[in-house]
Amino acid sequence: MNILSYLIPISLILGGIGLLAFVYTVRSNQYDDPEGDARRILSDDWDDRPKP
Amino acid sequence: MTATMRPAPSACPACAAAPAAEALATRALLPAQIALSLPTIHCAACISKIERALSAHPQVTSARVNLTLKRASIDAAPEVTAEEMRALVEGLGYEAHELDAGTLNATANDRAGRDLLMRLAVSGFASMNVMLLSVSVWSGAEDATRDMFHWISAAIALPAIAFSGVPFFRNAWAALRNRRLNMDVPIVLAIVLAIVTSLWETMLSGHHAYFDAAMALTFFLLAGRYLDHRTRAIARSAAEELTALEVPRAIRLRDGAEEQVNVAQLAVGDLILVRPGGRMPVDGVVVSGTSEIDRSLLTGETLPVFAGEGQAVSAGEVNLTGPLTIRATAVGAETSLHRMVDLVAIAESGRSRYTSLADGAAKLYAPGVHILAALSFAGWYVFTWDMRTALNIAAAVLIITCPCALGLAVPAVTTAASGRLFRRGMLIKHETALERLAQVDTVVFDKTGTLTTGTPHLTNLEGLPRHVVELALALAQGSSHPLAQSITRAAREAGFAAAAVTDVTEVPGYGTRAMAGGQEVRLGRASWTGARALSETAAFLRLGDQPPVAFTFADALRPGAVEAVAGLTRQGKRLILISGDTPPAVEALATRLGIPQWMAEALPADKAARVEALTAEGAHVLMVGDGLNDTAALAAAHVSISPATALDAARVASDIVLLGNDLSPIASACDTARSATRRIRENFQIATVYNVIAVPLAVAGLATPLIAALAMSLSSITVTLNALRLR
Repeated sequence: MNILSYLIPISLILGGIGLLAFVYTVRSNQYDDPEGDARRILSDDWDDRPKP
Repeated sequence: MTATMRPAPSACPACAAAPAAEALATRALLPAQIALSLPTIHCAACISKIERALSAHPQVTSARVNLTLKRASIDAAPEVTAEEMRALVEGLGYEAHELDAGTLNATANDRAGRDLLMRLAVSGFASMNVMLLSVSVWSGAEDATRDMFHWISAAIALPAIAFSGVPFFRNAWAALRNRRLNMDVPIVLAIVLAIVTSLWETMLSGHHAYFDAAMALTFFLLAGRYLDHRTRAIARSAAEELTALEVPRAIRLRDGAEEQVNVAQLAVGDLILVRPGGRMPVDGVVVSGTSEIDRSLLTGETLPVFAGEGQAVSAGEVNLTGPLTIRATAVGAETSLHRMVDLVAIAESGRSRYTSLADGAAKLYAPGVHILAALSFAGWYVFTWDMRTALNIAAAVLIITCPCALGLAVPAVTTAASGRLFRRGMLIKHETALERLAQVDTVVFDKTGTLTTGTPHLTNLEGLPRHVVELALALAQGSSHPLAQSITRAAREAGFAAAAVTDVTEVPGYGTRAMAGGQEVRLGRASWTGARALSETAAFLRLGDQPPVAFTFADALRPGAVEAVAGLTRQGKRLILISGDTPPAVEALATRLGIPQWMAEALPADKAARVEALTAEGAHVLMVGDGLNDTAALAAAHVSISPATALDAARVASDIVLLGNDLSPIASACDTARSATRRIRENFQIATVYNVIAVPLAVAGLATPLIAALAMSLSSITVTLNALRLR
């Protein structure tokens, strides 16, 4: 049962990383236009230099 | 004098909107934020084409197209108008319509929605971890291990609930402070009681802790709350939008000199000059000048009306061709435009009578749950004289009856249905619009601008001799009259070139005349060209002494109008056409579309009164309209739809906005709404069935945390899946 003292913190930390990643995606507006973002990657605009 | 003419603040609901109009005027100086609806975009190329064109405009700072919501948001210099941007995008070959900034704010980049999403994520994370720990307890963890798991669960659940439960705590507190009960009171009671008894049990190393149930409850309810938030539009007043139509400044003639004055300073009897293209600032009578006025906004008449000396004009009408001097007969709050604003405000105030299915359920539900939990607590306490058991059972009853499925039943269906309708080109603006649409049995249509496009369309171009069309084009191309513009458009599209003419002069109110090869050519009204008036809309061209040639026009039907009317007739709904236009025009359209009942020459107040009369007879009226004259009727109807081309105020007053030009989604939307309401009712039944099975167990003291978790998760998932079945 001692293995629990490692496994429980590990699972909590892994879950916590997922939560933080989600918080980051919400903060950076990644759910505003999922369909558009999926298509934007196909366009050639700003391929040679970043958008100012 | 001027002071008394000013509308007294808040003497009537609509007058309270006057400061809003002033606020609008000051806001116009800030950088413009424009939103366009683009119903036809579909690919990566569309995005970059539109963005590139918009960004190329010198006064646009940034433009971004959102493909999911099918709209573009543009930041631009203050003087850029939405109309300009719309024309730019239409020039690229995409359909575009202006969107209200308010509708936009409700969904895009709002802080409340993001806040809810964050709380949802935290509660989801916590509930999954607590659930994992609980699984090991259910599968037989004992003694010290069980206690440890309970303590870890408590450590996760307490801060998570403190953070993610805030919306419920806040709402419940607000309700209690006003001595009312809402859905949130039992929720908060269940969560708090579950946490308190579980902590107590954990301290006494008891068997049952409900941390997982409390967390799952919060998670499911937040999910429902988030979906609900996404379909909820912010309420704006159509009356406020209407006051923005009032002209802020007017040109007053005093002793022959022109002076610019604020409209509020005008008094009855003042002489006011209205230039072509300007709006009438007040009600009045024409004193001098001839012109034509466009009354379509107020009355729904398609054709401009001749305005000569003695003609009465109303505020809000547009002067088309020549300058007019009018003597004011009514100013400020007395004008017909202002009376319309009052009408709309009154209609809006009667709007909130509808109780949504969810509210109806909550009203029955909240007291029931409390009584049940209190009774089982009292019963067990009297029976065993054991506080711990009684409290545990009361907590179990509250958790099991907690409205997880109820909280998801409506939002899940509404989200699924509005998603489906959005794909068909309809934007649902109000959260109960679908429920109300499902009850509709009578549909009232407006004519001009709704069933028809509102722009005349030349019908006999093929039958006209070439030189006549060329002459007409030469005369028409300089005029801003709608019929002349229609001739110009039709002739250019057919590839005609203008004939050579000289001395083109527009005679306001009558037509245009010019010289061609030594002969006078006239294009204009029947009486002016010596022709006999026809029953249909027509303009006439006379070359010298030859007999005049008629150009006939019809109001073009809006795409999908035939399908919409046919679809609604098939559903057995009663259709009525109410228009401000002349009887022959209305009757012709009614027969053409097969609408049995029609009413012509209806004033805005008549329209609203007719809708209210129908409502009084017990009918649930769907109003479809677009103009200023429909706004009161739109607000008075049980549910209302307006096309994207409608006036701002009409779009604000209506519950559903059509995103494209097409009317055909209306019929299928009624079907979708009906099946959505059916799904909502089914969901309530499913939730009730789960409660009927689980509540006796809880009251009998047989409910374990496992049963609570199963009942809650299963009912929430069934309800959501049932919502997704919606076609």
